[in-house]
Amino acid sequence: MTNAASSEIPRLELIGVNKTYPGVVANKDVSLKVRPGEIHALLGENGAGKSTLVKFIYGVQKADTGLMLWEGLEVQLANPNAARKLGIGMVFQHFSLFDAMTVEENIAVGISSELAKGDLSGRIRKVSAQYGLPLDPGRYVHTLSVGERQRIEVVRCLLQDPALLIMDEPTSVLTPQEVEELFKTLRRLSEEGVSILYISHKLEEIKKLCHTATIMRMGEVVAECTPNKETARSMAEIMMGDNLISPRRAHHRTDGEVRLKLEDLSAVSNHQHGTNLTSVNLRVHAGEVLGIAGIAGNGQRELMEVLTGETLADTAEAIMLDGTAIGRMDPIKRRQIGIGLVPEERFGHGAVAGMSLWENALLSGATRMKLLKKGFIKKEASNDFAEDIVKQFRVKTPGVGHAANSLSGGNLQKFIVGREIVQAPGVIVVLQPTWGVDAGSAASIRQSLIDMATRGAAVLVVSQDLEELFEISDRIAVISAGRMSDARATESITVEEIGLLMAGVGLDGNTVDVV
Amino acid sequence: MGTRLTLFRLESRPEASKAMVYLSPLIAVGMTIITAMVMFALLGVDPVDAIATFFIEPISTLDGVTELCVKATPLILIGVGLAIGFQANVWNIGAEGQLIMGALAGGGLALAFYDQGSILLVPAMLICGTLGGLAWAAIPAWLKTRFNTNEILTSLMLTYVGLLVLSYLVHGPWKDPEGMNFPESRMFHDSALLPVLIEETRLNVGWLLALLAVAAGWVLISRHIIGFQIKVIGIAPLAGTFAGFKEKKLIWVTLLISGGCAGLAGVIELSGAIGQIVPAISPGYGFTAIIVAFLGRLHPAGVFFAGLLMALTYLGGDSAQITMNLPNAVTGVFQGMLLFFLLASDVLIRYRVRVGRRNIHTRLSE
Repeated sequence: MTNAASSEIPRLELIGVNKTYPGVVANKDVSLKVRPGEIHALLGENGAGKSTLVKFIYGVQKADTGLMLWEGLEVQLANPNAARKLGIGMVFQHFSLFDAMTVEENIAVGISSELAKGDLSGRIRKVSAQYGLPLDPGRYVHTLSVGERQRIEVVRCLLQDPALLIMDEPTSVLTPQEVEELFKTLRRLSEEGVSILYISHKLEEIKKLCHTATIMRMGEVVAECTPNKETARSMAEIMMGDNLISPRRAHHRTDGEVRLKLEDLSAVSNHQHGTNLTSVNLRVHAGEVLGIAGIAGNGQRELMEVLTGETLADTAEAIMLDGTAIGRMDPIKRRQIGIGLVPEERFGHGAVAGMSLWENALLSGATRMKLLKKGFIKKEASNDFAEDIVKQFRVKTPGVGHAANSLSGGNLQKFIVGREIVQAPGVIVVLQPTWGVDAGSAASIRQSLIDMATRGAAVLVVSQDLEELFEISDRIAVISAGRMSDARATESITVEEIGLLMAGVGLDGNTVDVV
Repeated sequence: MGTRLTLFRLESRPEASKAMVYLSPLIAVGMTIITAMVMFALLGVDPVDAIATFFIEPISTLDGVTELCVKATPLILIGVGLAIGFQANVWNIGAEGQLIMGALAGGGLALAFYDQGSILLVPAMLICGTLGGLAWAAIPAWLKTRFNTNEILTSLMLTYVGLLVLSYLVHGPWKDPEGMNFPESRMFHDSALLPVLIEETRLNVGWLLALLAVAAGWVLISRHIIGFQIKVIGIAPLAGTFAGFKEKKLIWVTLLISGGCAGLAGVIELSGAIGQIVPAISPGYGFTAIIVAFLGRLHPAGVFFAGLLMALTYLGGDSAQITMNLPNAVTGVFQGMLLFFLLASDVLIRYRVRVGRRNIHTRLSE
């Protein structure tokens, strides 16, 4: 596999791929070339058709029409096994690992039985040393960080000696330092002639890593470019069309009165392999947006649950909302006092998929918006409330009688965030505000959170997306292993410092080694 | 990772048609009738004649119609209660036991006053019956909320306990002293019997209570916050806790409602149709009501029609037995086919059948 010998023939070529789902054109006449040793970015917003295309390449799904050439020869892949035999490996965004098994066992179940035979752990050690992916084959998966788990998936692919490696949004769960390590590995693979198809919407990363980029929008290829000759802004414009709006920040203000105060807040997680919160201290002031950074699984979910009241704090005083101790209150009473909450999962947690929008509005708005009369539902008032949300937040829907799952992800998220904001709470807590949301909706959600702070509310945003936090936060704190760092002004903290905090360095003696 | 299936596979439809969801019970009824006609033809009976005997003859007279309502009363009452619970994913399978305990609580009161009638006796019996069923359903509710036991098992097992209590009472302490040792209680005092609505028939006040239950259930489910909470907890329990709905409270509420309804059905059956306590109070109304609840799409209005239909299969079985000499098992066959076709058409509403091969891969999902 030398670069020069085969550079004439692309390793992978797609010609005119079309795929239509009922009501949606997912891919329209998509053509693509990936040369040997090339790191090729597939760039686009959520819903641009990247995943559909990858499913076709990896043999998961057939296209309606279109050709796939491998080393210049036409191939038809019946399933992912056939793709792997050809030399295509894929690292998924969501890992498929068994927590209760070791690294070696997890790798063994994911590869063919011939490969799993013999000295597997020796080969794992060898591959991981060779590519700078430190991994101990005997460790149990549940003791590993998310970054380490991803290495298992990468090593699993590398053991199969791939000629093309597909990475689906690999950095969304990594600290900045871990991203650097991953990039080193990918560059080394590229030098050895392995092609990499790198799916992402993070422009800075693509500029840093990729040789070429194919940009998709609404199922079509809209441009092909050389990322290091572009600016992030210019690629974003191509990617999003006219949707690109940057949020406007009114003014920074972090000296308002404290509206939400967490003091020595500890809580035991309800979840298997969850993270306990350990004496969390935090003050959110009127008029500010406080961002909490951190890698998923470090206590964000637990923090949210203890704030909503789904789990109770050890003492009532651990959570103070506008001077009232709410640590042991139920969710309905908390909302009455004035806290708005947006959980991470839209379907099944923040909203009920099969229920209409007005019923979903009732879900969290019943008491504060006075939608009940002696226990009976005031249908018209609920309808008006839902229509108010739809109008103020420009939710695209034919009407509030339609089910929540008829909305796109971005529209539903606008509705859920809007539902909390229209209730005008003094404090609003939002977990992953723009997760899986199209850029247009994301921008409008961020803007509405900023506006909320401008009106004097205290806004707490928990997100994995650092770009987002830097864009909207006045101060940033980091959560790691259930502990919270001190919040610092956004201007005075760097991405590197946040990365170290994410990895647990510098949190009152609770340091860990950074690889 | 990838598995290969051949021949038939089910592919989920993007969106289930709303109309079809309500049409599917009708399709099920149609298919049942067609299949039954084939079955009758194979048995050497004229299919049209048989269907007429089964479905039309029983309700061709006023007497027949009122008898249909008498049979439908417990099915509808219990079905409404169960439908509410099922919407919350609370699976009370022991309505039969709650019916028996309700009948015993109300019937016990009637026996205590067997020689002195009172105008208050019937209302008191109805209240006692409701409380009896409610108390019996409170046991699985307590076990589930306290120890997280499975209510399907506990409520079902308690049905057999209830049957044994009934058997003990009619063979022992409550046996009629002048009853020549038959395992039956005394006959109730006239004032312990439910007032009849139409002279010369058995149609009684219980029918009105069943209609009332349909209306009350409908209002609860579609207009009241408790009904809303029941639905949310049933579809998306996490969304329910996020909103602050208390799951334990709803387990109690739904089990008490369904138990109370079953208990009321039991005492109505006893004082409206039977008039004394006998070893077999119900021909399985508590179990048949489960089919009624599903056939009625877990909606009180649907339960009303489903209850009438199921009652008709009881009457049709009797009349087929008498006039055509067909075995009584025909009733069971009808009820079974109805449920089978209902479930089958439900599956086809949510999925479509594809012939051929495809690869199934579960890891990739956006």
